[in-house]
Amino acid sequence: MDVGMTDLLVMRGIKKSFGGVHALSGVNLEVAPGEVHALIGENGAGKSTLMKVLSGALRADSGEMFLNGERYSPRDPLQARRLGISMVYQELNLALHLTVEENLMLGIEDARWGFIRRETYLHRIREALKTLSHPDLRPGAKVMDLSPAARQLVEIARGLMTDTRVFVLDEPTSSLSRVDTEHLFSVIRTLREKGVSMIYISHFLEEVQQVADRFTVLRDGETVGKGAVQSTSADRIIELMVGRPLTDMFPRTPHEMGEDIFAVRGLAGDKHPRDVTFTVRSGEILGIAGLVGAGRSESFQIVYGLRERVAGEVKIARFSGVLPVLGPHEMIRRGVSFLSEDRKNEGLSLERTIAQNMTFSILGRHSRWGLVNDRTLNSLADKWVKALSIKVGAVTDKVSSLSGGNQQKVAIARLLEENADIFLLDEPTRGIDVGSKVEIFRLIGELAAQGKAVVIISSYLPELLGICDTIAVMHRGVLGPKRLVTEWNEFSIMSEAISGVEGTA
Amino acid sequence: MNGTATRTIQAPARGAGLKKILTLSGPFLGLAFIIILFGALQPQKFLSAYNFMTVANQTVIVALAAMGMTFVIISGGIDLSVGSVIALNTVVTALLIQHGMDPFVALVAGVLSGVAVGSLSGLLVGGLGIVPFIATLGMMGISRGVAKWLAGEQKVDAPMTWLWELMGNSERLSWMLFPPGVWLMIMGAVVVAVLLKYSLFGRYTFAIGSNESTARLCGIPVERMKFYIYAFGGLMTGLAGVMQFSRLTVGDPTVAQGKELDVIAAVVIGGGSLSGGEGSIMGTVIGAFIMSFLRNGCNMTGIPNYVQEIIIGLIIVGAVAADNFRQRKLK
Repeated sequence: MDVGMTDLLVMRGIKKSFGGVHALSGVNLEVAPGEVHALIGENGAGKSTLMKVLSGALRADSGEMFLNGERYSPRDPLQARRLGISMVYQELNLALHLTVEENLMLGIEDARWGFIRRETYLHRIREALKTLSHPDLRPGAKVMDLSPAARQLVEIARGLMTDTRVFVLDEPTSSLSRVDTEHLFSVIRTLREKGVSMIYISHFLEEVQQVADRFTVLRDGETVGKGAVQSTSADRIIELMVGRPLTDMFPRTPHEMGEDIFAVRGLAGDKHPRDVTFTVRSGEILGIAGLVGAGRSESFQIVYGLRERVAGEVKIARFSGVLPVLGPHEMIRRGVSFLSEDRKNEGLSLERTIAQNMTFSILGRHSRWGLVNDRTLNSLADKWVKALSIKVGAVTDKVSSLSGGNQQKVAIARLLEENADIFLLDEPTRGIDVGSKVEIFRLIGELAAQGKAVVIISSYLPELLGICDTIAVMHRGVLGPKRLVTEWNEFSIMSEAISGVEGTA
Repeated sequence: MNGTATRTIQAPARGAGLKKILTLSGPFLGLAFIIILFGALQPQKFLSAYNFMTVANQTVIVALAAMGMTFVIISGGIDLSVGSVIALNTVVTALLIQHGMDPFVALVAGVLSGVAVGSLSGLLVGGLGIVPFIATLGMMGISRGVAKWLAGEQKVDAPMTWLWELMGNSERLSWMLFPPGVWLMIMGAVVVAVLLKYSLFGRYTFAIGSNESTARLCGIPVERMKFYIYAFGGLMTGLAGVMQFSRLTVGDPTVAQGKELDVIAAVVIGGGSLSGGEGSIMGTVIGAFIMSFLRNGCNMTGIPNYVQEIIIGLIIVGAVAADNFRQRKLK
């Protein structure tokens, strides 16, 4: 494509790997002045790594960047900001206790004798806020009291204060209402007219078609396509996103589905999810697909009592009637186990031993008079280490000494030790090597063969298509109907994830 | 209410106003309540000008140290070394006077010993990245030990100088209405409040406590600012230490044990948040006065010491619980 001298920002041949895993293997990106450039790709395609390289949070292994024709290699985010690249993140970078004005001036204050001279920037602050034209954005308003939409605009305003030339908007609409989204779009158009460029990261293709001029698609750390949004169909973009070869890495253990044993009806949380209904049968592997932020993990957390339930009910076949809202302890006792997607912070206690991690949740079953017998726990752990062929030195080693794949097996061993009937697995194969993935897939198949019900959240479509019996797709907090895996393909899953079930979006 | 559109626009504004009122008036109402309560119980004794002066005098030490602590707590930190540092200051001041130094030099040296300990804490926290609780816990032990070492594990007598008059009832200075220490507290509060509100130092302190990574992203030298914050805390503690010396008239390495907890309590009662980003000098001073008036009033009405301790404990927990409740309501 055209790599003209007119481009404001050029990234060429960017490579970055983390411990042997190639996150980026030669990415190219060009952004023209006053252009809204959409960066598109599945979860894990390398978008955020690329943006971290751009913002100076990460250093590329190789490749070069040019800003305004000059070589650009920021030491850190601060330098990137000074050179005119501002990130607008979802998890916002604001000092919530300070006012809008104080946030806008942070780090660029004009001071005499150490005392701040507000009047220096007052005009520019008013100007910036006027551009954003949001009723709540008064200089004196505390950021803490603002809505998410207004906070996001404060971040943009801060970028305007430092003469930002390229804004990176990372999923800017995921927590916004429709009205706020429209407002943001009008702000984006205003900025574009002023010659400001924007890199717009979003999964929502209809949004991309509304605001973006050109797009670049990343897949598996590579640039696989680019072009003008106007002349490219949404279907073509989806093809570019998912068009990867399916490898045969999904061992299937034969299993049969039995009776319904677990049901969730009309589940809704504070914001997401809005409406989640599904049932699983014994011996069934149900996959939940959807985009990050659609509310999948939140659904599991609500079921498990980790998050407030606003509406909906949960039923377990073994117990008659609707269950009251229960916490993790009660759920484990009733045979429901949950694997968090956040292995390092929630799934495991990294600085404790392997044996302790495997037995944390069922210590009560193996203690007498409140005393824990370490020897019993260690022999239990030995059993699981063998059964799951976990590569460890000793079960008394710290979990942090293991590789990602083996850590995940330890976490799964804890669930197995809980002896559940129903497994809720949130991204069970995230960040682990291929070999371990295959073993975990096999294990999931074996669970189904034993008549357990497994519900898996995964953002990796081949995985869902490879191991699940049924799949349902989540779109903006609403879970669509469950269908047999044979009725799905990557394309249909991705379109439902992006646009919702036909006719309801 | 008329329509959703206006409501969405008004809601945050109303929340902000309500919150401001609650934050500012909470401690103030508490103070008023205590004064009215004891005023009703003991009108003659409690509500006399003399008694108010006594209370003010008794508040000086905690209030001065708490002004420094306000900065530390707003930045998301804590300083446990305050009590020990006060003891060290009294010893340093007394020793220098004992050795024939000019009282003013002794005063400055006492204050500087506070700055020195604060700077060391700042180096540990800002430079080495040690958790403030641990860094200042260490400095608490070190300062107390150094104080005892310098003092030879006993009180250090010092000949009478004008330093005694800072906190005492001096005939010569009766035209000042209050002892100089009280004036120092009042002027200190004004200066420090202005510093917190209008200076870069104050603004950066808030920014670091509110969101450290944002502060760094915006180019604020976070580590260096932390050094300054603890050094400033040491400066205010140093002033408190000199007032302590004036009250004791000797250097005492065992004085002010646990004083840091009173100081932290003053900040917290005054609306400071231990998770950083919140606090004010006005609130802190009111917090210090709440505790002083409570002790004073309890003494006058013959309420035993242990009841005072229970009440102060309840007030601390109550202030923070009210704060949490407020945060949750208005989030």
